[in-house]
Formats: sequence, C-alpha cells, structure tokens
Amino acid sequence: MDTASTYNYKVVRQFSIMTIVWGIVGMSVGVLIAAQLMWPALNFDIPWLTYSRLRPLHTNAVIFAFGGSALFATSYYVVQRTCQARLFSNGLAAFTFWGWQLVILSAAITLPLGITTSKEYAELEWPIDILITLVWVAYAVVFFGTIMKRRTKHIYVANWFYGAFILTVAVLHLVNSAALPVSAMKSYSAYPGAIDAMVQWWYGHNAVGFFLTAGFLGMMYYFIPKQANRPVYSYRLSVVHFWALISTYMWAGPHHLHYTALPDWAQSLGMVFSLILLAPSWGGMINGMMTLSGAWHKLRTDPILKFLIVSLSFYGMSTFEGPMMAIKTVNALSHYTDWTIGHVHSGALGWVALVSIGSMYFLIPRLFGREQMYSVKLIDVHFWVSTIGVVLYIAAMWIAGVMQGLMWRAVNDDGTLTYSFVESLERMYPFYFVRFLGGAIFLSGMLIMAYNVYKTIAGQRPAVAAIPQTA
Amino acid sequence: MSDFEFSSEFWNWWVIGLTLGNILACWWLIAWTSKKRAGESAVGETTGHSWDESLQEYNNPLPRWWLWLFHITLVFSLIYIVLYPGLGKFTGVWDWTQESQYDQEIKDAQERFDPIFAAYAQRPIPELAQDAQAVKAGQRLYLNYCATCHGSDAHGGPGFPNLSDNVWLYGGEPDTIKTSILDGRQGMMPAWQDALGDAGVDEVTAYVISISGREADPVKAEAGKARFDMMCVACHAADGTGNPALGAPNLTDADWLYGGSPGVIRHSIAKGRNGQMPSHREFLGEDKAHLLAAYLYSLSQ
Repeated sequence: MDTASTYNYKVVRQFSIMTIVWGIVGMSVGVLIAAQLMWPALNFDIPWLTYSRLRPLHTNAVIFAFGGSALFATSYYVVQRTCQARLFSNGLAAFTFWGWQLVILSAAITLPLGITTSKEYAELEWPIDILITLVWVAYAVVFFGTIMKRRTKHIYVANWFYGAFILTVAVLHLVNSAALPVSAMKSYSAYPGAIDAMVQWWYGHNAVGFFLTAGFLGMMYYFIPKQANRPVYSYRLSVVHFWALISTYMWAGPHHLHYTALPDWAQSLGMVFSLILLAPSWGGMINGMMTLSGAWHKLRTDPILKFLIVSLSFYGMSTFEGPMMAIKTVNALSHYTDWTIGHVHSGALGWVALVSIGSMYFLIPRLFGREQMYSVKLIDVHFWVSTIGVVLYIAAMWIAGVMQGLMWRAVNDDGTLTYSFVESLERMYPFYFVRFLGGAIFLSGMLIMAYNVYKTIAGQRPAVAAIPQTA
Repeated sequence: MSDFEFSSEFWNWWVIGLTLGNILACWWLIAWTSKKRAGESAVGETTGHSWDESLQEYNNPLPRWWLWLFHITLVFSLIYIVLYPGLGKFTGVWDWTQESQYDQEIKDAQERFDPIFAAYAQRPIPELAQDAQAVKAGQRLYLNYCATCHGSDAHGGPGFPNLSDNVWLYGGEPDTIKTSILDGRQGMMPAWQDALGDAGVDEVTAYVISISGREADPVKAEAGKARFDMMCVACHAADGTGNPALGAPNLTDADWLYGGSPGVIRHSIAKGRNGQMPSHREFLGEDKAHLLAAYLYSLSQ
C-alpha cells in the first residue's frame, strides 16, 4: 500500500513507546527525591544528585517528557483519524520526535549539572529553548496542516483542545523564555522583578492550564467515547466549556503570587478568574463522565475505561481544589506548604498520568496490529496499584500541608510562635514516608505496564491503517 | 500595593475593559449556548456529525446545577472586584490594600503583646534569667530568630559561636549580650597570606597551636612567635588571650570559632575570616532583645 493512503502510525508508535519510557524515568527520579526528603544521605554527597538539581529534572521529565510524549502521540493519532487524513508532513513529524527527544536529553544533562534559568517549569537554558521553539513550530505546522487537509466537514472537539494547547504553549514559551544570553549556557530574564514573577506565573499556571489540562482534555474527548463506544454527552457543553476554559485560564497566574510585591489589582483578578474557572473545568469532567450514561456497567469489566473515568474524578477534584486554594484567605494557609505538592500530584498523577495510561492501553495494541493488550488482567492490576499510589500520595500531602500551615501560624499567649520551623519539619517525617511509599507504588504500576506493553508488541509487525476514502 | 501606579491611563482602561469583557463574555456564552435553535438535534439524538467510524455527539442541554455554579462564580467575582482592588486604578469600595491589612495585623499584635515584653524589659537581665517563665518565652524567641544560625540547642557551628557555654567573643555581661543582639557584630580577621608568605603562615600556625597547649614543631613555633609578636598582638594581645572589645578570640583555650585543626587555623591566618552577626534592633526592638539576652545569659550561668 502506498503511504499516502495510510495513516502515519510510525511517529505515533515512537512517541507512545517513549511515553512509557519517560514515565518510568521521570517517576523514578520523583521517588528518589521523595526518599531524599526522608533520608538526605541518599544524595551521596554528589552535587549532581542533590535534591535541588533533581527536582527540576523530575518535573521536566514527567511534564514535558512523559506528558509531552503522550500528547504528541495521541494528538497525531487523533488528528489523523478524525480528519481522515495522513499527517501533513512525514519529515516534519519525524523532526518533532527526534527534536523533542533531544530536548529531553539536553534537560537530563544540563539540569543535574546545575545549568538552569531558575524559572520553575522553564528551567532549560536559552539554546535548548530555541530548539523547543523549532520543534514546536514544526508540531503546529504538522497538526494544523493536517486539519487543513481534512476530509471531514467538521473539526472534532478533541482537535479544538489539542489546537488550543499547541498555539498557547507556543506563545507562553516564547514570552516567558525571552532572555539575554551572557554565555553559551547562561542567560538573564528579559523582565525585571515583580514583572518577571508575573510573567513566570502567567506561564507557569498556563502550563498547567494548556499543557496539562487542555491537551489532556483533547485526549479525553477521543479516548473516552471511543472506549465506551458512546456518543459524547453534549456538544453545546463542549462549546461553552472550551471557550470559557481557554479565556479564563489566561488570568489565573497571579494566584501564585498572593501577598507579594505583585499589585493588589492583579492578585484580585488572579483570584476571581480562578474561581470562575471552576465551572468551565467541570464542564469537561461532566461531558466525559456523562458520556458513560447508559454504559456504566462497562466500568465493571473494562480496566481501560476505569483509568479514563477515574482520571476524570481526579480532574474534577483538583479543579475544585485549585479555585479554593486561589482564594486569598485559604492561600494564606496553604501557600508554601506541602498542600500545594498534594494538589499538583492529584492533578499530575490522578488526572494526567491516569488518562495518558488509559489512552496508551487503547492505542498500543492498535498501533501494533493486535486486538487488545497482552494481558487485560494486568491492566486491571495496574489500575488498582496506581489508584492506591495516588491516594496515599495526596492524602499524605494534604495532612502534611495543612499541619504545616497551622503549625507555622500558631502563636502563644505572648505572641511568640509556638513552633520553630524545625519542629514542623520533624512532624513531616511520617507523611514524607507515606508519600514516598505512594510514589513507589505508582511507579511499580508503570513497570507492570512496561512488561505488558513489551509482551504485547514483541514479535508484532507495525500496524498499517488505510485511510477511509469516504467523506 | 499602594505605591503602584499605572504608567498611563491607557493601561488602566485596558485592564478594566479586558476584565469586564471576559466576565461578560462568559455570561453571553452561557446564554447563547443555552438557547434552543431551530433545526438543532433533539435531546437523545446525535448532532449527525460523525468521525472516525464511531465518534458522535449528543446535544444535551447544559446541566442546570452546573449553570447555577457558573453564574454564582460570575456574580461573586463582580461583587469582589467592586469591593476590592481589581478594576485597574479603582481601589475598591472597601479601600483594602495588602499593606493596610498587614499594618492593621501588626498594630493589633503590638497592642496585645507589646505590654508583655515591656513588663519583662523593666526587670534586670540576671533576675529574668532566674525566672522560668521568662526564660521559656526567651527561648521561643530564640528558636524562631536565632536557631537558624546558632542551632536549636544554641551550640552553634563552624563560624557561628556557641551560645550555651561561658566563652564569649565580645563579653558575656548581660548588657554586652543585649548589644550584640541589637546592633550586631562584625568579626573581621584580615588575610595574612601576602604579608607572611607560605612559610610565615606555617610558622604562625605552629605558634598558635603551641599556645593553645598542644604539641607543635618547636623551631617553627619559635619563628612564629616572632611574627606573632609583630603582627597579631594588636588584636589578640601579647599572650594570645584575645580582646573582647574587638571580638578578637582567645587563642590559648580549646574553644575555636572556625575549628582548631592545623589546617583550619592555617586557613584562618592565610585567608582571614569575616564573621557577621546581623543587627536586630529594627526587627525585634529593645524589649524582645532584652528577653532574648536573658535567655542566653541563663544558658551561660
């Protein structure tokens, strides 16, 4: 069969496999630094292995390597299947794969060496930033080029979300990374003081909003109706929550800077738009969950669907928690505590990782010409292992965070602080252990997945799928 | 922040316009999509579009409770930015600023707690050092303001004096301790590498070790003494017992601020040291420093 009449599955396969590889790598680093908080000697007095250098490596690996690969894989698959068109360019698609892997490799080298811009989630130095820009432009060309040559009349809702994610991340990356290079591996931000902080958190929160939310909602909108074999619950709901979500997310960044040098008006706007964000966020959850109405019984037997639906529950939970934490008085307690870490992980493990894992279990057999995964039973085991892992992790961090917040603000009758900082730290140990355990359990689920995937694809020939010629 | 100013009227209206525009656009969006339209698919029927063999969409109405939730957040937001700063230059009906909240909280705390410390400040430090309750209050101050450098148990560390013993760089009189807290101290040992050369540094090191009661190469120590008498006695005194007025340490005892091994002593001589205790006058005020001094004094008794 000539390639023009088939879908480009090669790049999807590549990104899918790397999703699992980077997931294991990124989460392993996470488990290591969680262990370092319990047993500091685990940095072995080697600068490259210190918490401060591995922490950005962990976040970059799980967000951009694991999450990024999952987004590339699924968006390339979904855009082709729902447009009935092969990817716009094989060459550019291959460039995005190898370019993105190079970005990840550069991160894995430079971050442990201590080369960093020190901007959270944007730590990579300027030469790598330029490479990211090139890859991202190629990604946009491939994605929107494929939309342009679609054979279907309408653009499917999943593609709206993928499209918004691709466009916005391009803008965020360019603006926040603007810097003056002083040497090959050192640059200084283009913005001064409070403006720099504002730009950074405008970027930071929209990385959550567009990379980790809009992109993965695109995934949700394809894989849930596909796996459940049911129509999406409400077209009009997807219209409202799409536009409301992307317009309000843009404003939410300042809630990371409550009670700082940021002007009061900007803090207030960050807070109110975070609250407005609750309903648009839940729109996606409702649309996904209600797609199952009439087919709830499938949850009993289908572990892939369990992954997808439980990911939406965590999504709903974190998008409720987020607006609450953005309220100034709540934030005064929660800010700088481990509550924030718990919140982030209920989103990152509960939502992003579970929806990606579910989608990969759907995708991988199809990419390698099999009916289903090697073992459905192991998918079920993986589901329970990861759910237990997430729950342990976030419950530990909630308790730890609230306890920290309360201990830090407790005062005696004479106005002196009741607890020294070290006392609050001492009380964290049991929770840090449970967090480490939860993370390790979640990671072990990823190893089960790797085994299952290996057994599924070993000896299989890559699948070739013809593009249906009817419009 | 109260001293914030928009650089031009344009940005003020830009913020107001975008904020209200976005909130009202949300409103319009819900209203527009809630409306029934002629020819649209009925509840329970798909829109007629389909993708990738099996993907279809219902066009169910927006859940009512969800619409309520959306409206409530929009109304709350509008009320909030009328009461609090948010719409550009408009400071809000309640004229709230984070500085005013901070000032108010500080004022309340001062009214409530300052008399407690003022009462302690009336009593002499040695007397407070005998009062278990005062010592406890002082210790709480210590744990929050001092322990980061001097350690929770006040045993200090390399470069940070041990405050729990009776060895004092600047003197251990109650008022001297208080002065150290209020005004800070600058402990400056110059670098002697250039003046002494490698051999000279070795010799002075040997001498310093010998006067602290340990064995050292006698030839070197003898040569070091000559150099010591010339260059070091101005601060550390002829017998090496130091000078509390300058904070110059006693070199004849077993107590070392930066460490007493030959290598560290050599480093101190060659490269010098620059110890800095920050001033806490502005931060803590006289009364709290008084109580803190009492706690530290109690440790040395």
